[in-house]
Amino acid sequence: MEFKRRDFLKIAGLTFLGLMAKPGWEVVSQIKPLEPSPAPNYFTGKKWAMAIDLIKCWNAKDGCRDCIDACHTIHNVPEIGYAKEEIKWIWTIEYEKAFPEHIHDFNEKKYKGKPVIVLCNQCEDPPCVKYCPTRATWKREDGIVMMDFHRCIGCRYCMAGCPYGSRSFNWRDPRPFIKKANIEFPTRTKGVVEKCNFCEERLVKGLLPSCVETCKEKALIFGDLNDPNSEIRKILSERYVLQRQPELGTKPKVFYIL
Amino acid sequence: MRFYDAKKIITGLIIFVGLVTYPIWHNTVSGKNLYTPKLELPKDKKECIEPKDYIRVNHKSLLEDWRLSVVRNGIRIYQASNQKKYNMSLNKTCMECHKDKTKFCDQCHNYMGVTNKCWDCHIYPKQLEIGVK
Repeated sequence: MEFKRRDFLKIAGLTFLGLMAKPGWEVVSQIKPLEPSPAPNYFTGKKWAMAIDLIKCWNAKDGCRDCIDACHTIHNVPEIGYAKEEIKWIWTIEYEKAFPEHIHDFNEKKYKGKPVIVLCNQCEDPPCVKYCPTRATWKREDGIVMMDFHRCIGCRYCMAGCPYGSRSFNWRDPRPFIKKANIEFPTRTKGVVEKCNFCEERLVKGLLPSCVETCKEKALIFGDLNDPNSEIRKILSERYVLQRQPELGTKPKVFYIL
Repeated sequence: MRFYDAKKIITGLIIFVGLVTYPIWHNTVSGKNLYTPKLELPKDKKECIEPKDYIRVNHKSLLEDWRLSVVRNGIRIYQASNQKKYNMSLNKTCMECHKDKTKFCDQCHNYMGVTNKCWDCHIYPKQLEIGVK
């Protein structure tokens, strides 16, 4: 049989069409472009802060650790049991160490050795953020100094920068030291710095930070500084308030009421 | 043209080719060639958040986008292509169905020799039962 040039062209054309069918269909039947995910409204216009009523806190039973335990349990903070490698998000130090400028010979009796709850101050001008070379830590619009554990390379510059010692470094794999893991929050890995995040994962659900929620004495007050009617604004304007080392200009957002 | 030392060279070549291709024929003889990853799919759930083909290719960038979105931008709701909304969470959304990563993720990752570091920090539900260690 003679194979004509016309026949060849016809078959070639049909073959080409056949081959185009599948990719062509894929283009036409493509998934609709995604609508942007809804943006959160809690994020802007807020300025989270905490006030700690020391008098109420000291009214609690001796050695009360409710807030510390609550925080450390939900955030999978390990208990290494060795001071040098200790990991802490919220802990206590003595009054004279927290406020060295407020202790003198005459109030020593009253205040010396009293426990003061300390945590990350969520500074308005955080030195740790300036030092971080990988931008693993940054200040969010609502004032929370966040950590991206994925991004942290463990250089510990932020720890050197933080005047409050609020950051801890994982010198070893923390997992064997976690008693009961909480699946809602990741653990950390060796070589990562961690600190208090003001429970941002709870704030997004409309919950208060776990330390505030668990305190039976209601010594911790949490709220929005941008809202003039908030509890924290009222307390800050009425009561005598201390900040830790305000002279450093970091503008801490954790306030102490005396 | 003469082929000097043909015997030696050809036997040498056969031995060489045999040694080089050892992994191939060893796996053929032992049946490893026929091995395919065995994924345990959730029994009570019918669909993934996106079509299977999309997830197969893009699960890594999807997870990376989720991470960026949640950690950096505070956006935690993912709108899938079928307009359903999901919580952007590896622990909660993905692992709620694929409870044991050793029967799902690891199957392909080990097969392809791909390692990831998700599980250094994130916990999967099965791990809670056996203890996070």
